[in-house]
Amino acid sequence: MLSPLHKQLLNDYQHDFPLSARPYQDIAEQLGVSEAAVLTAFNELNDNGFISRIGPVIPPNHIGISALVAMAVPETQLQAVADKISAYPEVNHNYEREHRLNLWFVVIANDTEHLHAVIKSIEQDTGYPAMLLPMLDDFFIDLGFKLELNHA
Amino acid sequence: MLDDIDRQIIQATQTGLPLTPQPYQTIAEPLGLTANEVMARLTAMQNDGIIRRIGAVPNHYKLGYRFNGMTVWNIPDEFIDELGQKVGQLDFVSHCYHRPRHPPEWLYNLFAMVHGKSQQAVDAQIQQIAELLGDYNLGCDVLYSSKILKKTGFQSSKKFKDCRPVTD
Repeated sequence: MLSPLHKQLLNDYQHDFPLSARPYQDIAEQLGVSEAAVLTAFNELNDNGFISRIGPVIPPNHIGISALVAMAVPETQLQAVADKISAYPEVNHNYEREHRLNLWFVVIANDTEHLHAVIKSIEQDTGYPAMLLPMLDDFFIDLGFKLELNHA
Repeated sequence: MLDDIDRQIIQATQTGLPLTPQPYQTIAEPLGLTANEVMARLTAMQNDGIIRRIGAVPNHYKLGYRFNGMTVWNIPDEFIDELGQKVGQLDFVSHCYHRPRHPPEWLYNLFAMVHGKSQQAVDAQIQQIAELLGDYNLGCDVLYSSKILKKTGFQSSKKFKDCRPVTD
């Protein structure tokens, strides 16, 4: 169960986490609780998987280069092809989606040359053509995701 | 541009800031830096837009947002910047990108990920995007993830049927 403190930490500290010597102490003062209570609550959020981490969020293509890739794979081959693709360390998301283009994954590489080499290798490994969908523009203003936590 | 120290700091924080009273100090020590240097570099990277934000990264799926859809839209190129920004500002949209078309198979150039606690909530969000785009929506689709094959995240197995523009 999420306590009122958990919910405050989740909603109010998705951005502007203090850059100070004792950030948890600063949060504690802002919320009128102790530093130990803030640390305990963050540990609980972490341990229960409600947050994946606290830290810097990097937008795509600021460190390295990434591209979304779509493939059409026969249903019977899907798992085997997906396993081959997931084995690449450059692949960090891999989803089956309900569409003729049914396999969607993200490749992250050091530079364009590396990216194209990985895509080419995946095409040769799997025998299916890859449709490359790199980001041309990012329209997302990331102010954190507004959570409705009343019934969480 | 980023130097090696910046990259090491990013690397050291990607699994999360330590839950210690002085987390920047904990990060700084093994890198041979001071906490002040780590904070100054994080501040500079944030000002340069290399870091988008610093904070808690919620696991939406665990928090009850179990339905997601990758919505894709065909928008005339001359309007994509203006409309993309409007869609990106909707608070239920978690990613919003312009991507290339691959005609004839793939005519969609605007991608927006939506998340909700129910299929109905997601359907209403898609409807809201469709209304915002109005006549500039030349075609669209919603691709739900039926299976996560690598990395945990959202999933949904139901299908939204209609995101086409309302014609009369």
